[in-house]
Amino acid sequence: MQEVKRKYVIPGDIVAEGNLRPLVNVFKNGNSIVATRIGITESNNDGAKVIPLSGIYFPRANDIVVGKILDHSSLSWSVDINSCFAAHLPAQDIFGRDFSPAHDDMGRQLSTGDVIVARIAIFDRTRDPILTIQDKDLGKIPTGELIKISPTRVPRLIGKRGSMIQTIEQASSTRITIGQNGIIVVSGKDKEGITLAINAIHIVEVEAHTSNLTQRIRQLLNVPESEIESDDTQTSEAGDTTINQDELNSNNDKEMGMINSNGTK
Amino acid sequence: MVQSRSLIDESGKRTDGRVIDELREVKIKVGIVKNADGSALIEFGKNKIIAAVYGPREVHPKHMALSDRCVVRCRYHMSPFSTDTRKSPAPSRRETEISKVIRESLEPALILEDYPRAAIDVFIEVLQADGGSRCAGISAASVALADAGINMRDMVSACAAGKVDDKIVIDINDTEDKEGGADMPVAYMPNLKKITLLQLDGELNPNEFNTSLDEAVRGCLKVYEIQRSSLMEKYFGDEKEMKE
Repeated sequence: MQEVKRKYVIPGDIVAEGNLRPLVNVFKNGNSIVATRIGITESNNDGAKVIPLSGIYFPRANDIVVGKILDHSSLSWSVDINSCFAAHLPAQDIFGRDFSPAHDDMGRQLSTGDVIVARIAIFDRTRDPILTIQDKDLGKIPTGELIKISPTRVPRLIGKRGSMIQTIEQASSTRITIGQNGIIVVSGKDKEGITLAINAIHIVEVEAHTSNLTQRIRQLLNVPESEIESDDTQTSEAGDTTINQDELNSNNDKEMGMINSNGTK
Repeated sequence: MVQSRSLIDESGKRTDGRVIDELREVKIKVGIVKNADGSALIEFGKNKIIAAVYGPREVHPKHMALSDRCVVRCRYHMSPFSTDTRKSPAPSRRETEISKVIRESLEPALILEDYPRAAIDVFIEVLQADGGSRCAGISAASVALADAGINMRDMVSACAAGKVDDKIVIDINDTEDKEGGADMPVAYMPNLKKITLLQLDGELNPNEFNTSLDEAVRGCLKVYEIQRSSLMEKYFGDEKEMKE
């Protein structure tokens, strides 16, 4: 197994020296790899990067996001996705290719204030993100409590292979939809369960970088000791953020699909 | 600028009891404005300044947006109660100029190309002023930018040096600024070793200038250590090293 070196950095700190590849949140300055964000470094033979602990959501293609409908033009809805760009959901995505602004009433499908879970279909530096809801588990969210957390905490909330979010969902009997943009919808029949899940999510947000977090969340949710998995050690906790960041980078759909289907997929 | 009275006594102490190469006490607290994306409160001697950063966010009005990079907007403002006589809350010529120089001192540290068509807003509110508020404002804004998670090449630390009683002193206070010989605020990127702001009010000969610049940079490095520890404290608490 490759040795991974980690340390805490602020912008300007040297992450690693030598002929390494700069990955994310770093830049190369001569022979050094320098951090551009506050976070935890991770360097191995593949390169060096920083897992950030603060920052806003910057869209990427194929991210699953939770957004709020702001308005609509004759051809698309404008959606707030908690980012510096307003996203657009084309009307053709819902009505199909024979959409006609003269005959189809967009307001009947989605109106201002509706919350949707969508995938970013297209995004690049030159244009605003284009959304799609043509996938499994995507579309309008009818009910639930909306909460906002820092997008940098999303991988930690999901946990290793979805462990953290599954624990919270099962213990609170709720269904939690997480957007990569840090917007979360908690829904369920039991009001107490929703409150419990929201409290647990807030604790994960505040204490994301600390050790033994999954164990503390389990204690909060009164999950019996016997259900505590053997991987809940300090090392795996510290590694959670990074591992999930990798997983999310490469496979958002899989990760989100798992969450949306309440851990059953 | 002609000095009318002595500002350093026989024992080498300045008006506020410091020696010539001593910084005022600096305290920085990170994340004090809940609604901002990043914020910091700096206490630089008697200066008390809040810096709040919002963004990257959508640019309004839209025509201000740049297609290839982010726009930085900076507002330095002194509260009406920040000075001994009331200061009009309307933006003065001085505040407009300081807003501009602060923006220009922060821009080299920011990787603006990462956020095209967006804007970063930096608000610097002086609650109590005692000379050197632009340097303290820059240092606080840099911490707030890092707290907001904006990609930065380096932190920016700022400190002034100047001439008082024909001696080069570090971190000029209000009295020394008004009555002293020269005031030279410097903003510096400590890891990249680059200067992002250098102003000079007064007259210095080449030797004095060089000494002054060296002293100001030395002050910046001291400020950087405080910026660093305040950020580390907020994000990692007492832990200095990652537990493996």
